[in-house]
Amino acid sequence: MGPLVVNEIISQNTNLLLAFFIGIAFGFVLEQGGFSSSRKLAGVFYGYDTVVLKVFFTGAVTAMLGLLFMSLFGWIDLNLVYVNETFLQSAVLGGIIMGAGFIMGGYCPGTSFCGAAIGKIDALLFIVGLFIGVFIFAEGYPLWEGLYKAGFMGSPRISEYFGLTEGLVALLVIVAAVLMFWGAEWAEKKFPRDEY
Amino acid sequence: MNPYLAGVLLGVVVIVANFVSGRSVGASGAVKSAIIAGVETVAPSHAENALFYKEYKQSHEGNPLNNWLVYQMLGVLVGGFLSGVVSRRLTWKVEHNPRITSRTRLIFALAGGILFGIGSQFGRGCTSGSALSGMAVLSLGGFVSMMAIFGTAFALAYFFRKLWI
Repeated sequence: MGPLVVNEIISQNTNLLLAFFIGIAFGFVLEQGGFSSSRKLAGVFYGYDTVVLKVFFTGAVTAMLGLLFMSLFGWIDLNLVYVNETFLQSAVLGGIIMGAGFIMGGYCPGTSFCGAAIGKIDALLFIVGLFIGVFIFAEGYPLWEGLYKAGFMGSPRISEYFGLTEGLVALLVIVAAVLMFWGAEWAEKKFPRDEY
Repeated sequence: MNPYLAGVLLGVVVIVANFVSGRSVGASGAVKSAIIAGVETVAPSHAENALFYKEYKQSHEGNPLNNWLVYQMLGVLVGGFLSGVVSRRLTWKVEHNPRITSRTRLIFALAGGILFGIGSQFGRGCTSGSALSGMAVLSLGGFVSMMAIFGTAFALAYFFRKLWI
């Protein structure tokens, strides 16, 4: 049955229209979760507010479990779902640069659009930065094309890579998430937050 | 909203996106589409010759703005705004720690955005498109991105503490 567009149950144009509505839901949930505030987002790195960790990992676990169960019931063919390609060096380097951007800017791209949508001027500046950053990458691309394409590993699922079943990987991710939630609740009690 | 409830709803959005479109949410890809469309309009000959735009053209046809992530990000702006209306959070402000000036906050927001823009291209997606969406389908790259992003931010937190605490 799913994915609907890949199985040609809906047309490409319907797919793009639904993308808009999926975006509305995504933006609404991010904003309700508190992701429009850089103050809250950065809090996870100091322990005074761990909302990012809780929302992000609950979201990842819910999506992972939901998709695995839907696949089990035959509602979605996970072989037809897009899995990101892995280029190891580039992924690690990109993650490091993004991590630095996160702690300096207090936003990531999706959350900055949420912040801007409710009038955060710092989020708008972050978005201006995003455009500049992507433009710099595009213009300098010949310089780092080799690095960008190094370490290609295909589109492996973590279960395939380590030779484990998907269910076992899911269980390990859930255990890790619960331990992090426990740590997060502890940290919020330990590190007080000044309101402003 | 309770963060765990928000997390479950976020997970449902990712599930719906995969079920409907066979892909998941993202953000930085929409910025890339906008940059490519902008360069093609302003400097068409440059877009035809420079490698980055040429490679994009080879793998994508049509207008770069007629793209799933572009429509999705327009939705994010609407959804975020509606949530702000519902929760009465609509105000123009520069949110910052009282121990730093607005100006400092804005400079670091811009710098952080530039880094995130560059990093998201190397990472082939950002916190949404690579980390969250990737983890949902158990992508190895998704877990690598997640650990590199959060690990680096934790490692550097001490040096930027004056911005936040």
